[in-house]
Amino acid sequence: MKTQRVFSKVMLGLGFLFLYVPIVCLVVFSFNDSRSVTVWNFATSPSLRWYKRLVEDDAILSAAWISIKVAAMSASGAVVLGTLAGLVLARFGPFRGRALLRGLTTAPLVMPEVITGLSMLLLFVSLEQLLRAFFGVQFDRGIVTITIAHITFTMAYVTVVVQSRLAGFDDSLEEAALDLGARPAKVFFRITVPLILPAIMSGWLLAFTLSWDDVVITQFVAGPGSNTLPMVIFSRVRLGVNPVVNALATLMVLVVALGVILSAILMRRQEQRRKREEQMAASG
Amino acid sequence: MKPTAARALQANETGRLGPLWTFLFRYGPPRWTEYVLRNWSGQRLVIAVPYLWLLVFFLVPFLIVLKISFAEFSALGRPPYEPVFDFRLLEWSEKGVLQVKVMIGSYFYLFNEPLYVSSWLYSIKVAFFSTVMCLLLGYPMAYAIARSQPTYRNLFLMLVILPFWTSFLLRVYAWIGLLKNDGVINNVLQWLGIIDEPLAMMNTSFAVYIGIVYSYLPFMILPLYSNLEKHDLTLLEAAQDLGAGPIRSFLRITLPLSFPGVVAGSLLVFIPAVGEYVIPSLLGRTDQLMIAKLLSDEFFLNRDWPKASAVAIVMLLLLVLPIMVFQHFQNKELEAQRK
Repeated sequence: MKTQRVFSKVMLGLGFLFLYVPIVCLVVFSFNDSRSVTVWNFATSPSLRWYKRLVEDDAILSAAWISIKVAAMSASGAVVLGTLAGLVLARFGPFRGRALLRGLTTAPLVMPEVITGLSMLLLFVSLEQLLRAFFGVQFDRGIVTITIAHITFTMAYVTVVVQSRLAGFDDSLEEAALDLGARPAKVFFRITVPLILPAIMSGWLLAFTLSWDDVVITQFVAGPGSNTLPMVIFSRVRLGVNPVVNALATLMVLVVALGVILSAILMRRQEQRRKREEQMAASG
Repeated sequence: MKPTAARALQANETGRLGPLWTFLFRYGPPRWTEYVLRNWSGQRLVIAVPYLWLLVFFLVPFLIVLKISFAEFSALGRPPYEPVFDFRLLEWSEKGVLQVKVMIGSYFYLFNEPLYVSSWLYSIKVAFFSTVMCLLLGYPMAYAIARSQPTYRNLFLMLVILPFWTSFLLRVYAWIGLLKNDGVINNVLQWLGIIDEPLAMMNTSFAVYIGIVYSYLPFMILPLYSNLEKHDLTLLEAAQDLGAGPIRSFLRITLPLSFPGVVAGSLLVFIPAVGEYVIPSLLGRTDQLMIAKLLSDEFFLNRDWPKASAVAIVMLLLLVLPIMVFQHFQNKELEAQRK
């Protein structure tokens, strides 16, 4: 028992070192006052030189704006579709085609991105052909196609989150409401949605992050002039290391860390309140 | 009063298609909305919305890829080289002979060109060994988290998930700074006097392994943790009472019980790793491509859409078995939660 514990603890420590040392390096060298991101310039560092450069970088800023728009739209779309799919899979009884739906919602989780990207692009090209042939309409690939592609691969994650949350408690509350005469739509919005709201929120955040982060699928379905932030970063990083990217990464790590800490505090507070209420209910 | 045709059709049994005929005759196009409103409950509509979306934007695209993979590439034409919605399989050639139009040239090429064969083998090798390394690192970590004090458990889990929320691309980028010839690792090792010459780590398979293990480690740890956490620890006590040593009880009890977690975690790493594009492009070898890079080069550089589609189809066929095994375990997990 003991050796096992010690060994696994040592591995846990090493694993966390492995996970966090690169991020720490990334952050530290963003304050380096030198073109190099590996050799610390002791004379003038730390400096905010690269942050200043970042704020003046129009390509990155406009790409970031596009990315935010795309991520917010796709996260919202993915939450609607993913919640419906999760609800169907967790609550609706067997229906014809359920197995296919289950397959279609889990496949995007593991599908290699190049395949999804290629297939989406070919779909859009075919749609272009169709629209041009039948309606004479011309449409260009851009933010809309990127958003559709992102909704499709992120809704799978939302579905899993919502489905497992719904599976976590039984449907007695919903049944009670139905027995009392509420219509299904009302039951959904008044009972089910409040119950799974944490899952919906974390699903939205997950979808936002995945969309914000995606480079491969986006590269396939993007058109000219719709460069998202990961595409800009990817093309710069391919040319070599770039301290501006370090500065950008530091800001993003900061936002994520703040968000996670904030949500942890909120969740803990909610938990405490629930416990208190339960105690009060128990004591009568 | 029903139209006579419908009544006639209803009168003599029309077999399985009977309802369809009656439907068509009874509710002609103008009255479809009425039919939908009357017979489609809200439930069906709720099923239909996500279903249609996934069919149109996930399933149909694969059929289009399949279709284009059979098209013929010509250096002069414009992609996709033939109308996508042309489903004629036969056509009259110039000599007036009916010939089969399907081109399997792209597939033939895939299995004969040494470049392709070596990329396939290399991708599978890289994915396999990174999965093994992920497992070797992730299992003890998941074990330690699952057996730690409940107060620390959430903190540890948060620390595992936190990197996942930060940009994947930037985390891979971070390794460039570490692995370069004048990177942090080499500098530290040289400063310590362990090595004289910098180790060449960038643009090697080693760098790709590191990148994949680093990026996919949370995917290995989380399913393993959720499995290990549920184990009944009294089993281990019983084994101890009966005289089994720690290693024996681990091998005979914990490891077999955690098998579903091992499978789920390994597949979550292996399947995307086979088709990994970003990590090998940033860290990997330049003389040996992985299959995803080859696909995108074929598509973007050579503009050979049929061949790129054929690569995608073959990749999908290779991964279909692992994907189905993953889905099986995933669904078992989700359905088990209901009870």
